[in-house]
Order: sequence, then structure tokens, then C-alpha cells
Amino acid sequence: MMLSKGLKRKREEEEEEKEALAVDTWWLDPGHPAVAQAPPAVASSSLFDLSVLKLHHSLRQSEPDLRHLVLVVNTLRRIQASMAPTAALPPVPSPPTAPGIADNLLASSDAALSASMASLLEDLSHIEGLSQAPQPLVDEGPPGRPTGGAPPSLGALDLLGPATGCLLDDGLEGLFEDIDTSMYDSELWAPASEGHKSSPEDGPGKEEAPELDEAELDYLMDVLVGTQALERPPGPGR
Amino acid sequence: MLLSLPALHLQTSEYHPLFQLPHRRLGPWCSPTGSPAPLSCETGCGEGSWILVCRLLVPTQVSLLSMEEDIDTRKINNSFLRDHSYATEADIISTVEFNHTGELLATGDKGGRVVIFQREQESKNQVHRRGEYNVYSTFQSHEPEFDYLKSLEIEEKINKIRWLPQQNAAYFLLSTNDKTVKLWKVSERDKRPEGYNLKDEEGRLRDPATITTLRVPVLRPMDLMVEATPRRVFANAHTYHINSISVNSDYETYMSADDLRINLWNFEITNQSFNIVDIKPANMEELTEVITAAEFHPHHCNTFVYSSSKGTIRLCDMRASALCDRHTKFFEEPEDPSNRSFFSEIISSISDVKFSHSGRYIMTRDYLTVKVWDLNMENRPIETYQCHHDGLLQQLLQDV
Repeated sequence: MMLSKGLKRKREEEEEEKEALAVDTWWLDPGHPAVAQAPPAVASSSLFDLSVLKLHHSLRQSEPDLRHLVLVVNTLRRIQASMAPTAALPPVPSPPTAPGIADNLLASSDAALSASMASLLEDLSHIEGLSQAPQPLVDEGPPGRPTGGAPPSLGALDLLGPATGCLLDDGLEGLFEDIDTSMYDSELWAPASEGHKSSPEDGPGKEEAPELDEAELDYLMDVLVGTQALERPPGPGR
Repeated sequence: MLLSLPALHLQTSEYHPLFQLPHRRLGPWCSPTGSPAPLSCETGCGEGSWILVCRLLVPTQVSLLSMEEDIDTRKINNSFLRDHSYATEADIISTVEFNHTGELLATGDKGGRVVIFQREQESKNQVHRRGEYNVYSTFQSHEPEFDYLKSLEIEEKINKIRWLPQQNAAYFLLSTNDKTVKLWKVSERDKRPEGYNLKDEEGRLRDPATITTLRVPVLRPMDLMVEATPRRVFANAHTYHINSISVNSDYETYMSADDLRINLWNFEITNQSFNIVDIKPANMEELTEVITAAEFHPHHCNTFVYSSSKGTIRLCDMRASALCDRHTKFFEEPEDPSNRSFFSEIISSISDVKFSHSGRYIMTRDYLTVKVWDLNMENRPIETYQCHHDGLLQQLLQDV
């Protein structure tokens, strides 16, 4: 049974009841004691983490592949919508425009893109499961964030300003300095090391996951979005 | 990527009414091994019995699969590789294109080189060898560049090649990397003038004072030499990466498309182009869709289509307005609710779009399928072909 059907049932009431397949889907049964304690987002949290990683990876490229970025962001938004369907997405503010770069299309689009992605990431970090997003992240976010309340930090604006690849890298990495990213290390994707994940939502559903484990999901998404083509050779002087 | 093949050989029986392909054989031309193939796997189909499949990750092999024979791959000798013993990353083929008669096949690779193959002449003795192609010409089309303003390297990888219709003895083609389109002239030389007055046989200039008689130079036959010369360079018109070029049926203009914009060029003018499509949102945060491919109608020079990462195709008429942001037709198949998954959008992203030779139909390629659309019907394709037959991928996607 498709995991997404269980998540979306309450939103699409007109959808007819699907016949249950032979695959045991006990983790979607709300009456099951293990499931009753876990929030409904159990099934797609690994997919969510995976998509966030892909987004990071995409943004880290010196010249982000727009198609890759758009596909990953749209998928992430879809996952996010299914995980927290009642929470209204905070309105994303317009990005800061540094003076004098209005005519430089790419520079402003870089700044806008990175600002929008940073705000989206921050927005996503407030979803349960990534709540260890640190306080500095909120303070240094782009201006106009309704959650922070603190005045925009000029330091963050500089980081997100007309950026070359290196500056953008440092800026984004700096924002996430305080997060323990060990759970995102790729070598920990093997099923044997699932215990390292500290997210409380990882219930027993993980160990007895359906046919697709994280490594397969990661590979599948890579193949579909064309991540292998993303790597560009380093330029001279780098 | 979809290739339009010229009409080489038509099947006489059991052929697809439009694309002249036998129905039975549609499987192999999508993925020879049946395994989930990355989008980089090129497929070709057309009005003919010959199918070309180039796996981008297998740089040395250009295989011609004949519909008449079961998996009869013919290896081209490796003489066109940079190093005859090894295939390097630069040799990886990134694009292929037949010319209109099918006599020439151009390939572009990651290292910015174009290699043109020519079909062997038909011989009465070896009729079955007419599918062999030999190296005809090799030239370096693009070099790596460095954009100092943005501190970014511009790859020399050839993204697309398009042939111009032949109007004289020379061949013309457009080749493009991420940022620059170039027009190349490929011509043959099989005669050489001999008997210059001012130059001796080695080419050294002679002192005019030593010349006592004059002679008329004569043309003597020489070994065939194929030379490629760059005729036009169309640069600095694209902020994003060029993914498509398409020659217009008026033979005077062509278009180049990147992720967000499409520009119209005149072949004679290199320092300006017209922007005809611009889907860049005022606020980049609202970006949800990019252009993935574009092509002109084969007969109507005012009509073109472009596909998107959301699985839609838009048909535009340049007579309607200078900036064709509002489409004339919009082709999209509604999502099948039973096949929904979080990856639905990713797999619906169209990688290539092609007009049929008649101009009435278009063919699109997304991750799992090839679809044929009738221009007169926008709400769904008239045919859909699954490209992965083992069902493994569909099964995997159901779990997402």
C-alpha cells in the first residue's frame, strides 16, 4: 500500500477506499498501539530528511542546477504539506535586494534564490523532527520572519548578498554550525546504524520498513532527479 | 532525448501508423537492458526501421539497433577517441543528431568535441552493411571558459547539435554548450590547386624578381579532406544553461532555450537576439517550473512548443505577441490518483519534446514513458508507451 495514501486520507475525503494489498501495513493502522503513539509523519520522515539533504547538496553547487533545485523543492513542499497539513505555511518574505545589483540579473537571482532557500529551510526546520534547529538560526534568518521577532541581522544579509560560490557556501554552512549534522552523514544511511538517529518519531516502523530502505530511496531520488549530473569539475584556482 | 530519424527504411508490415515502427518492438528502444535507466539514456525513434540507442555512460559504443534484426549491435572502431586505447570522461557522448537525409550522424561529447560519422555507401555485394557509419570529421567545437564575474567555470560539454537543411555542397550545423551557440560549416576538399606563380611547391614565397614566366594554376585531385570552420558565434544571451536549440522552417532563424528563457536568433546576426519566452518569476522564490526542451514546428515558422519540469507542454504562436508568455495551447495529462507518490512530479518532468514530420503530433519523454500527443487534443496524449518493462521501477515508486 502506498504510504502516501495513509497520510493524505484525511485531506482527500472524496478518494475512494483503496483495497488493501497483501503487504502488511500495520504501521498505518491508527488502532495499533505502536502507531497510536507515533505521529502520522513516521513513514515519510526519512524521505523528508533525504530531500533536505538533496536540497543542501543542490545549493552547495557553485552554480545550482535550476531543474534539480525546482524538483527537489517542490517534492519537499509536498512532503512538508503531508506532514503538517494543518499548519499554514508562513508567508515567505521578499528577499533583500542589495543596492546596486538590481541590474545584475544573476547576482540578484542568486541572492533571491539563496534567501528563499534559506527561509524555506528555516521554515522546514520548525517541523517536528528537526526541532533541534538552534536559536542562532532564528535570529540570523532573513528579515520579516514572523517567528523570530528579532530585527534582521545585517550579518546574514551580507552572507546572502551578491554571492560567489564560496561565500554562499560559508554562509549556509555557518547558519547550521550548531546543528549536529552527524545524522546526515551519508555513511550512516545503512540500515544497521539506524540507532544513531535521535529523532523521536523514528518508531518501530523503521526497522520493519517496506521494500524501500533509505539507501534505495536515496539512490532512486538521485537517479530520478539526475543528481549524478550535478557535479561539475572544479574551476581553475579552486 | 528523442531523435528524429530520417525516413531510411519503411517497414512494410505491422508498422505503427505514425512513426512506422513495428508495435512489437517498442520495448528494446527504450532501454536495452530493461533496468531503470537514468534520464541520460538516449532513445530514438522515427519513420524508419532503424533505432539508435546511445548510452551516455558507455562512451565508446555507438550502437545501431536494427528493427529487422534482434539486438545486432555493431561496434564502431575506436579511432575517434582522443586516446585510441582508452575512453576518458571527455569522450562521453552528450548529444547525437542525424542530418535530414540520415547520411551523417553528429555526436557531441563532454570535452567539447564534435565527431561526425558518415554512412557507408551502399554496395550491391553487402547490402546488409548499409547501417555502418565511419568517422567523417572531428573538430573541437567549444573550449572550457571561465566566467570571472561569477567565478564559475563554463563547461565545454556539447548539450545539443542541430543540422541546418542542406542548401549547397557544404554542411552546416549548430552546436551549443551551456552558454554559447556556434554555427559550423563542414565542407569537403578533394582538389588542390597546383602551379602558383608566387609560391613554390613547398609554399614558400618566391621573389617576384625571379619570375620569368607565368602559368595558370590547375586543380589536381587530392585525398579527401573534410574541414570544419566556425562561421558564427552566438554568445552572451543566456543567463541560465542552454538545453535546446531548434532551427526554424524559414531557414533564417533559430531559437535557443535555457531553464527560464527562450531567445530567437537570425543566423546572420550574432550580437542580438529576441527574447520570446520568459518564465522567470519576479520573485525567484516563486520559481516552481523550468523549461526543459523546445522545438519549432516543422512547417509553420510561427509555431513552437516547449516542455517543462512539471510535465506540461505549451504551444506558442509568435504572431500573437512579441513575448509568448501566454501559450496558445497547453498540454497536460491529469495525474492518475492511483499512481500518486511523492516522486510524481519528478518522474513527470519532460526531458525532450519532438514534432512528428507532419507537424500534427508531438512526442514527449518523461522518466517512465514516451507519449504521443495530437496537437488538437490538449487534455491527454493519444498514446503512452512504458519504457521500463520489468515493473521494478513502478513498484519502487509505489513505496514512496
